[in-house]
Amino acid sequence: MTQLALVIDLNVCVGCHACVTSCKEWNTSSEPGPLLDENPYGKDPTGTFFNRVQTYEIGEFPNTETLHFPKSCLHCEDPPCVPVCPTGASYKREKDGIVLVDYDKCIGCKYCTWACPYGAREIDEKQKVMKKCTLCVDRLYDEALPEAERKPACVLACPTSARIYGDVHDPESEVSTAIREEGGYQLMPEWGTKPSNHYLPRRKTRMHIHEDELVRADNPLKQEDIRHETSKEVTLDDWF
Amino acid sequence: MHPAFSVIFLTTLIGAGQGLFLALFTSESYAAVGLLPKQSHTFYAVGAFLALLLLIAGLIASVFHLGRPERAWRAASQWRTSWLSREVIALPLVMGLVALYALIHLFEWNPMFLGYSFGDKVTLILGGVTSAAIFALFLCTGMIYAAIRFLKEWFSPLTIINFILLGGASGFVLATVYSSYYAPNLINFFGLWAIAITLIAWFSRSASLARNARIKSTSTIQTAIGVRHTQIQQKSMGMMGGSFNTREYFHGKTLFFLKSVKWIFIVLTFPVPILLLWTGMQIDQQPLLLTAFVLQYTGLLFERWLFFAQANHPQNIYYQTV
Repeated sequence: MTQLALVIDLNVCVGCHACVTSCKEWNTSSEPGPLLDENPYGKDPTGTFFNRVQTYEIGEFPNTETLHFPKSCLHCEDPPCVPVCPTGASYKREKDGIVLVDYDKCIGCKYCTWACPYGAREIDEKQKVMKKCTLCVDRLYDEALPEAERKPACVLACPTSARIYGDVHDPESEVSTAIREEGGYQLMPEWGTKPSNHYLPRRKTRMHIHEDELVRADNPLKQEDIRHETSKEVTLDDWF
Repeated sequence: MHPAFSVIFLTTLIGAGQGLFLALFTSESYAAVGLLPKQSHTFYAVGAFLALLLLIAGLIASVFHLGRPERAWRAASQWRTSWLSREVIALPLVMGLVALYALIHLFEWNPMFLGYSFGDKVTLILGGVTSAAIFALFLCTGMIYAAIRFLKEWFSPLTIINFILLGGASGFVLATVYSSYYAPNLINFFGLWAIAITLIAWFSRSASLARNARIKSTSTIQTAIGVRHTQIQQKSMGMMGGSFNTREYFHGKTLFFLKSVKWIFIVLTFPVPILLLWTGMQIDQQPLLLTAFVLQYTGLLFERWLFFAQANHPQNIYYQTV
């Protein structure tokens, strides 16, 4: 069983919103029609988005840390939004585990949004159907695209590679390795929805510089020149 | 949650319609064993049509909740998993049964089944089946809310019990009003039942209010974003003009507004109708009975508004500041 998902590295996300705009750009131009934008250049612009980047401040000044937090559908392994759908428009694909909405079957009753604890779904107020992240399912299998581009638009857009895409059921995949080795976790695990998307925590990056790294103790010029006493002085070679 | 008027009207109207039918059938079954005077067929027929009208009105209100009502027929397909789908099946079933019950009374039909005639018991049997369907519909309506484990205010058997009791109360009050016009000898029967059900509903709705007041959120901002720190503050929700997430899940009113709605609904739904019914029955005043129904129904609109507004969705954790 394949379960395609994203792993989002909060340690390198800089909150640039490139994933938000690339997601909107790709999905508003795709087959099911545009994602609604109301008042895009006016006061209080609003519209349908599949992905947002939020910002949190952790700790108390001056010991604070800023966390940029991209939020989209987590493609749960046990998606609570699917069984509640009265029409069967909301479904989870057997093939790759992507949770999708059939826009031709959705009646816009919004019941699925009540059943999603993450608020991952947004109604399109013009088409009057529920929309959500498709994991760019229309890119993943498109053989007209070069193989390297058969990935979600947000993953391709991320300038810091904070978004990793792959099969979380394959233990050797890049995403599974990242989850396993970098402490990947799920959101709101208390509800048992088993989100497929994982997040990698913030990690402290510290530089460890040993004295040996500044002054080469084993400088061959010093060691091999037996005619002179080895000098304790820093030689010119140390700087190159 | 943001209370939608379509759903408020749907649940209160069909609740009253279901309650009215249950009241009529209760009186018919009492009459069948000689505990109450028998009524004319027209009394049951017109009463059942009145219940049908309320159910139809509720159905019409529900259409306004849908983005794509022309596809509503699809909603009957997922009855294996979805309580909403089950309601979509149960509601027309109840409407059909109530209509059939009304027609059989109206034309005094005596249909034969497999060569066996039920005589005058045919409406009793059909009424029993209809009542069972009505309870099934109450269960479906209640479970739509009670089945969502994330909304802890709704995730309780009290939700279903309240739907049954509040629908039953308004239906029996309406039956009292109806009987005051067409069957005055039933006023006390319906009136006392109405008072009793309203009292029980008062108790059970208060229980759910008390329960809601103590609810502690399972999810916290720590579990929502997965950061283990006691001091976490949202600085940006990712957009400034609002989104579906900020509109659908927040009632957008002050705490004072919520408290006012709570007291308005408690007063209008329980003590006032009980008092009006009691007085109306004592001094035999139709207008008092009618006022009791109108005020209780208005109270139920407030009650349903608060029912939705009180439910605090865990996704709101992600939308604390612009």
